[in-house]
Amino acid sequence: MVDPVLSLSHLSKSFGALKATDDVSLTLMPGEIHALIGPNGAGKSTLIGQISGRIAPDAGTITFKGRDITGLSVAQRARLGLGRSFQISSLIPEYSARRNVMLGLQARQGHSFRFLKPVMHDRRLRDEAEAILAKVGLAGRASVPSAELSHGERRLLEIAVALALEPACFLLDEPMAGMGAEGVGALVDFLRGLKAQAPILLIEHDMDAVFALADRLSVLVYGRIIASGSVEEIRNDPAVREAYLGDSE
Amino acid sequence: MPDKRREYALNAVLALGLLLVPLWAYWAGSPFTITVFTRIAIFALAAVGLNIALGLGGMVSFGHAVYFGVGGYVAGIAAQHAFNGETFLGIAGANQMLIIWPVAMIAAGLLAAVIGAFSLRTSGIFFIMITLAFAQMVYYFAISWPTYGGEDGLPIYVRNTFPGLNTMRPWNLFILCWCLLMLAIGAFALIRASRFGAALMAIRQNPDRVAAVGISPFGIKLAAFVISAMITGLAGALMADLSRFASPAAMAWTMSGELIVIIILGGTGRLFGPVAGAAVLVGFEVIFGGMTEHWRLWLGLVLLLTVLFARGGIVTLIAGRERLG
Repeated sequence: MVDPVLSLSHLSKSFGALKATDDVSLTLMPGEIHALIGPNGAGKSTLIGQISGRIAPDAGTITFKGRDITGLSVAQRARLGLGRSFQISSLIPEYSARRNVMLGLQARQGHSFRFLKPVMHDRRLRDEAEAILAKVGLAGRASVPSAELSHGERRLLEIAVALALEPACFLLDEPMAGMGAEGVGALVDFLRGLKAQAPILLIEHDMDAVFALADRLSVLVYGRIIASGSVEEIRNDPAVREAYLGDSE
Repeated sequence: MPDKRREYALNAVLALGLLLVPLWAYWAGSPFTITVFTRIAIFALAAVGLNIALGLGGMVSFGHAVYFGVGGYVAGIAAQHAFNGETFLGIAGANQMLIIWPVAMIAAGLLAAVIGAFSLRTSGIFFIMITLAFAQMVYYFAISWPTYGGEDGLPIYVRNTFPGLNTMRPWNLFILCWCLLMLAIGAFALIRASRFGAALMAIRQNPDRVAAVGISPFGIKLAAFVISAMITGLAGALMADLSRFASPAAMAWTMSGELIVIIILGGTGRLFGPVAGAAVLVGFEVIFGGMTEHWRLWLGLVLLLTVLFARGGIVTLIAGRERLG
């Protein structure tokens, strides 16, 4: 049996009387895309917050690469290889696309306490950043400040920064949010290739994209995982149909 | 890029103007002019320090006067002990600037490490208030410490010395201050272009993103805060020697405000912003201060116009917005 890269075990988090995360257990296996879906208010953001380290769970543990990371900070988790993209693009607005990726590369190398060498003249860092931008299709936009990129381009840059970290797992929070059909199609193809590099925990609203990509699906409703399984199983699960898919079928 | 070239030209004008006017005054025999320009250089140096925390790191420290004041007290205390023929830190005749400067920088840096360790856990208005509170604590400590002058401050009867120069001569002291200012601006440029600076400027814009790529914002910010305080502390030591007086007023919150005003006037985060801002501030002090006690009213008006119509200060007005690449 292969060990999971990331596993959540009995995770709980309440805000007052609201159980935002209610005894959630979930695994991410090497080489797979595990999609997490759920209606608005199901607690997806709270769950992401706990995995990335921004929110501390009330109970339960998070294990990453065989190590308990429940008590680690956001930066420590990222250094261990947890690469995330944000639901709402969260980039360095005044930095060019290239420089955003270079920051990721610099973080991966762990050399941020260097004071003398000008980073923008670091040929190797620049070349590597440009190679990553080319992979996501932003080669021609490398010099544009990220604040001036289009919405779709910012979504891609989010992915590029995550790529720069060469993470052991990708945590993608609605990467397709607000993208046009064409962009979604291209991104689906890209993510299908990406899972060979590292498994992906995909939180996504776009059902067509999820069904096209996911190896496994988990459905989150009111903080609980009500079903987990293959795309076919979830499609035919009566509880899921009622709670989530009912209106779209 | 023409903006870039215009900024280089402006920087050259500021650096050379700051050197050539006092040089002219030296030949023309106007020590007052030299002293005014020494003041500009020292305020600019203090603001270059603050510009690392505020301009690059976005940390609005409303307590940087405390590092300026601590630097001044190091110079004042060393001068007093030397004047009385006593030792300072176990060194006899420690009125050497080459000893005082590093001691002033270390003292300011250590204080900043302590203050930063607490206050950098907050941000926004809370950070502003905590830095202010710490600075006022040290200020009240200074005015209640009779050994070193208390409320009256500490006069420096003979300026601290520098090998090969007579620091009692205005031109000699000026040239020291100008050289240190240029060195500090060089250090600022190095830091800004480095990996450390890349992380620091990114934290100013989006700390969550920086943490998510695996760089802890706290460590970077604390290091920047300490470096920032060290440069401001050095400026404080020079100011005490210039005015021949280590004053508790140098630690007061109004001084912290003036340093922020210098940066806003000159251009937040800009390389020569502190020089432009300090020139305006001292210029107003000299020109309008001679006419009215309320010269700060006119400075306030200029500050208001800057904030309303020229957000990026003088440097941005002339050389355009900065592109971080």
